[in-house]
Amino acid sequence: MYKYILKRLLMMIPIILGVSFVIFFMTYITPGDPAIMTLGEGAPPEAIEALREEMGLNDPFLVRYVTYVVNMVQGDLGNSFMTRRGVVDEIMDRFPTTLMLAFYGTVLSVLIGIPLGIISATKQYSIFDNAATAAGLLGVSIPNFWLGLMLIILFSINLGWLPPSGIATPSAWILPVITLGTGSAAMVMRITRSSMLEVIRQDYIRTARAKGQKESVIIWKHALRNALIPVVTAVGLDFGFLLGGAVLTESIYAVPGLGRFMVDSIRTRDFPIIQGGVLFLAIVFSLVNLLVDILYAYIDPRIKSQYK
Amino acid sequence: MILRNIDNTPSEQVKEKKKRSQLHDMWRRFRRNPVGMVGLFIVLVLIFSAIFADVIAPAVYDPILGEVPAYEFQDLGNRNTFPSREHPFGTDNFGRCIFNRVVHGSRISLLVGFVVVGISMVVGVILGTVAGYYGKASDSIIMRFIDIMMAIPNILLAISIVAALGAGLVNLMIAVGIGSIPLFARQVRSSVLSVREQEFIEAARAIGAKDLRIMFLHILPNCMAPIIVRATMGMAVAILSAAALSFIGLGVEPPTPEWGAMLSEGRRFIRDHWPSTVFPGLAIALVVFGLNMLGDGLRDVLDPRLKQ
Repeated sequence: MYKYILKRLLMMIPIILGVSFVIFFMTYITPGDPAIMTLGEGAPPEAIEALREEMGLNDPFLVRYVTYVVNMVQGDLGNSFMTRRGVVDEIMDRFPTTLMLAFYGTVLSVLIGIPLGIISATKQYSIFDNAATAAGLLGVSIPNFWLGLMLIILFSINLGWLPPSGIATPSAWILPVITLGTGSAAMVMRITRSSMLEVIRQDYIRTARAKGQKESVIIWKHALRNALIPVVTAVGLDFGFLLGGAVLTESIYAVPGLGRFMVDSIRTRDFPIIQGGVLFLAIVFSLVNLLVDILYAYIDPRIKSQYK
Repeated sequence: MILRNIDNTPSEQVKEKKKRSQLHDMWRRFRRNPVGMVGLFIVLVLIFSAIFADVIAPAVYDPILGEVPAYEFQDLGNRNTFPSREHPFGTDNFGRCIFNRVVHGSRISLLVGFVVVGISMVVGVILGTVAGYYGKASDSIIMRFIDIMMAIPNILLAISIVAALGAGLVNLMIAVGIGSIPLFARQVRSSVLSVREQEFIEAARAIGAKDLRIMFLHILPNCMAPIIVRATMGMAVAILSAAALSFIGLGVEPPTPEWGAMLSEGRRFIRDHWPSTVFPGLAIALVVFGLNMLGDGLRDVLDPRLKQ
């Protein structure tokens, strides 16, 4: 097992290098001179030139990329144009909030998606199944930023039950989590349903039924274990997408997380924050996928044996 | 009648009948699929509204400015009004008719959908075909490149690209298009891998067909079904992502009646004026829902194996 984890970790290195190259290239072609952006428009040309030299902006492309990677490994993604603080520090101040939001969103999607998917599959083509399928399709189609606005209109403005912004009280988390988790819940439900439908047609389920096992035990114990395998992958992938989706949700509810910070930085043209944030989230996303793959190998011995 | 029957040779008659019946058969199966039919209806409404936008919402004559497009005409005496007989969706903060703007916005959404899918499909199909057909080194290189792109969540990649290129409709379409390449490339690659091994490919090679001819005339036509399904669903994702980027200020500039940008503007008046946020978002949700349903229906008819 350790060998497998080590192997997967090593496989991640070229991916991260590739991602950093993509983001570096984006930073490279971004208009505006970072030296001028840092010192302000009116700064004397000599000072700008000196800073350009110091920041390594006069170096050739490849040298700059290598410097970028070396700095990245040491946890340095440059400084914000606005606050002059390190990008990584700025990110770290806000990332825990985003992580919590994505985590709660994932929990919500699992709590809703898996049970609905199972019931839907065991009662295929019933009214419940059709309704759940339609709701699932609707759930993946509704833009979450619009859903967020609609929830604010209904629960904050008209009913006055929940606060429309911030995360000051626990109740303030409810709307952002629902906004973020609904689309994923729909997706988890669709995958659980199709995976379950496939599993309950297999022979070992028929055998269990033949020996007179109770239907509830068959579904919730025998079938569910195998049906959950693709669901685990989907949930893991989804967690990464929720980190990205948090960009929209946070800016709607003014949640002080990384996503909202990035959106604000778009307005202030604080490019190091935007590109640094994207790189950071992409790395987190890759790590989450790695964790999911390890978990996957843990729950499905067939996968593990492939990597011996 | 009789004469024509005599003119036709039997073989031609059979051929004609067979060709027609295949398409006819598909349509018959599709017609019995309620999900697909509802989706088709919604998509047709979108196309109809895009084509006849100038008829449904004709230009308005302004005493000072002359002819003004319906989506730009400002009736400053009637700002933020609620739905009425004259303005079925009410008016926005500038006194512009929201219904007219939503109708004209369908043109932009349709354009975004087609251009984005066009970009990602052409590049993705070429990459996927080359990777699947040649295998070995070219496959490894292309697929590692795709892995890197997939390591960055779609919306974040798009944010990164638009931040570098600058906001605007064209850059938005490029960004979302690039982000969707991996989906097509992977899909096409796996289809090509299975078709490549079939006997008729070997036969084509035996009579001396060149690689390019085999790839594009023999293999690709046999991979069309999954590509069509992906393209339909890809269009839904494209419209959704583009609206999301416009919503956070990275897309279309304000006077343009883009649905995401309209939501972003309307959001400032969410406390007092719900129509500005409800209707543009409803339009996005409906179109995405329609495209997803059409995709589901097409998948059932064209390629049942894709059913998850």
